Amino acid sequence: MVAPAFTLMFLLLLGPLLGVIALSFTDYQLGSPSFSWIGLANYRDMFGDRVFWLSLRNTLTYVAIVVPAAVALGLAVALLIESGSSLRSWYRTIYFLPVMATLIAMSIVWEFMLHPQFGLINGLLQGVGLEGFSWLQDRRTALYALCVIGIWQALGFNMVLFLAGLVSIPRQLYDAAEIDGAHGAWARFRLVTWPMLGPTTVFVVVITGIRSFQVFDTVHVLTKGGPSKSSEVLIHTMYVEGFEFFRSGYGAALTVVFLVFVLLLTLVKSALTNRGVHYT
Amino acid sequence: MARIELNGVRKTFDSAEILKGIDLAIEDGEFIALIGPSGCGKSTLLRIIAGLEPQSAGEVHIDGVPVDGVRPSARNLAMVFQSYALYPHLTVFDNIAVPLRMRRHSALARMPVVGRLLPERSRVERGIREDVERVAAQLELSALLRRKPGQLSGGQRQRVAVGRAIVREPVGFLFDEPLSNLDAKLRVHMRAELAQLHRQLKATFVYVTHDQAEAMTMSSRIAVMIEGDIVQIGTPAEVYENPGDIRVAEFVGSPKINVLPGLVRADGGLEVLGRPLGLQTSAPAGRCSICVRPERVEPGAGSGAISGTVAHLENLGAEAFVHVKVDRIDLPLVARVNPDRQLPTIGSAIDFAFPASAVRVFDAAGKRIEVVAPVRSERVREKALG
Repeated sequence: MVAPAFTLMFLLLLGPLLGVIALSFTDYQLGSPSFSWIGLANYRDMFGDRVFWLSLRNTLTYVAIVVPAAVALGLAVALLIESGSSLRSWYRTIYFLPVMATLIAMSIVWEFMLHPQFGLINGLLQGVGLEGFSWLQDRRTALYALCVIGIWQALGFNMVLFLAGLVSIPRQLYDAAEIDGAHGAWARFRLVTWPMLGPTTVFVVVITGIRSFQVFDTVHVLTKGGPSKSSEVLIHTMYVEGFEFFRSGYGAALTVVFLVFVLLLTLVKSALTNRGVHYT
Repeated sequence: MARIELNGVRKTFDSAEILKGIDLAIEDGEFIALIGPSGCGKSTLLRIIAGLEPQSAGEVHIDGVPVDGVRPSARNLAMVFQSYALYPHLTVFDNIAVPLRMRRHSALARMPVVGRLLPERSRVERGIREDVERVAAQLELSALLRRKPGQLSGGQRQRVAVGRAIVREPVGFLFDEPLSNLDAKLRVHMRAELAQLHRQLKATFVYVTHDQAEAMTMSSRIAVMIEGDIVQIGTPAEVYENPGDIRVAEFVGSPKINVLPGLVRADGGLEVLGRPLGLQTSAPAGRCSICVRPERVEPGAGSGAISGTVAHLENLGAEAFVHVKVDRIDLPLVARVNPDRQLPTIGSAIDFAFPASAVRVFDAAGKRIEVVAPVRSERVREKALG
């Protein structure tokens, strides 16, 4: 019997998805009583719009910076915590805090820290004799400041996933590696840890990738996409178009682009997990 | 080839003493089995010999050289693990090649991209290929070299693990329950293969198992470990026939040895269940345990024998075991009989006896008591009872 599962999937997933796709071919505006089919006009507008390309480029830059950094740092922290003997749960809790905290609230904390005049960051920089930046108000730094916050936030979650992966590596493999002459942390990491973390790593990369594509809270609270669109990202553009300009049809077209990227990532994940990282 | 010597090896985890001072000399080329119930410390002892675990006190010598603080691979011992511990992402070829690559390549040559640029790498790699292929041929793995461990059967994985161990030509092999993950039929087969391998390599084998059949069939000596002590060392026949401790007697042999409550009388005579056994001892008077192997118990022995009722029957085809419930004994007595004979029915009354030579006597502390049969009674009849 597939009917119940299919019904649920249709109601919760496929239905809304088809709705969004259909909406992207209309000129529907939020609250308006009628709409008409306009074919690919929304997409034509979108591909001709400088803001769309800017926000797509910014989103991809954000993903390209946050994913490798958050994955590598998450793995490094997990390895350090795992190799240490004391205070493990203490470190785990500390690094996991950003995941549990509300990102909106944390964004405000970051706003204070990054404040050009009395922020902690600039204060520290001045302390060592460097000049500070107007981090969030400067076109050159706004996106990168958001990247740092993104890494800080994703780090703890990745660390927990890697810790779980590390725990599930059979101890006897390390014994065998030791007997076989794999001395030193690097040889052990290459021979056992890294290959055995394969499935975890693919999962972490994809999850971090999808979550980075979804970046919105920090942008909305801290920069609103500015200054002069330098930190404009896809979901924020979508929000502005859909809920501030009420162009729901256009917003839906943006959503479709976003979904295509998420779908691509998911396909990459399933292709990778089917061969290569699962060994049995 | 190596002689491995342990002097007063102790191991404590937190406050629990796992090994209580082990002295053991393993001769060059010997196949020694360490057996004992789970938790007796045999695997810990093996890990200490391998160098995977530091001992709390005592010394390990290999060929007369103390190896404390020497890395496991530098001790030049190979180890085969219960779970095989193959690297799942590597092919059979690469699995076997790991110890050679670790030893023959420099750290730089093992680097992913940079390593390939080094000129001597390909020459070393050719040598490794030859060695791996030679070992694979020896273990009949040649057709499987490109497979991953996940695609192999249990027996094949076991052979790959053995291949990885022998390829580096170590001085000794350490086996940690290597057959316990295999099914019964394959285990018997691998037993023969390992014994054959030992004859071929003439290397020192240290074999940890809780399966006494493996120990009895393969090893030249057995060390029985109980609660962190080696209680007895000897050939399989010695350990089976002349256990020095009741725990050894009970652990070795399947089904378990029969234990009957006995008594040493003030005059040195032995009694079982209130009947005289016709055996003498110089041990002090008191309670003792009278032990008889199931195959030495003879059912239906007529007058003077011990009587009971048949509680359970196990017919294995080649042999059958009769479980006999006897008054005043908790556990049923087990007798091994030839199933060719008419087997008794469950619930029927049965008599049995055993020859005096089959009796092993242990004192209340479990230590063996030497007994002698007075010359007279031995000549009249060998039966201890009747």
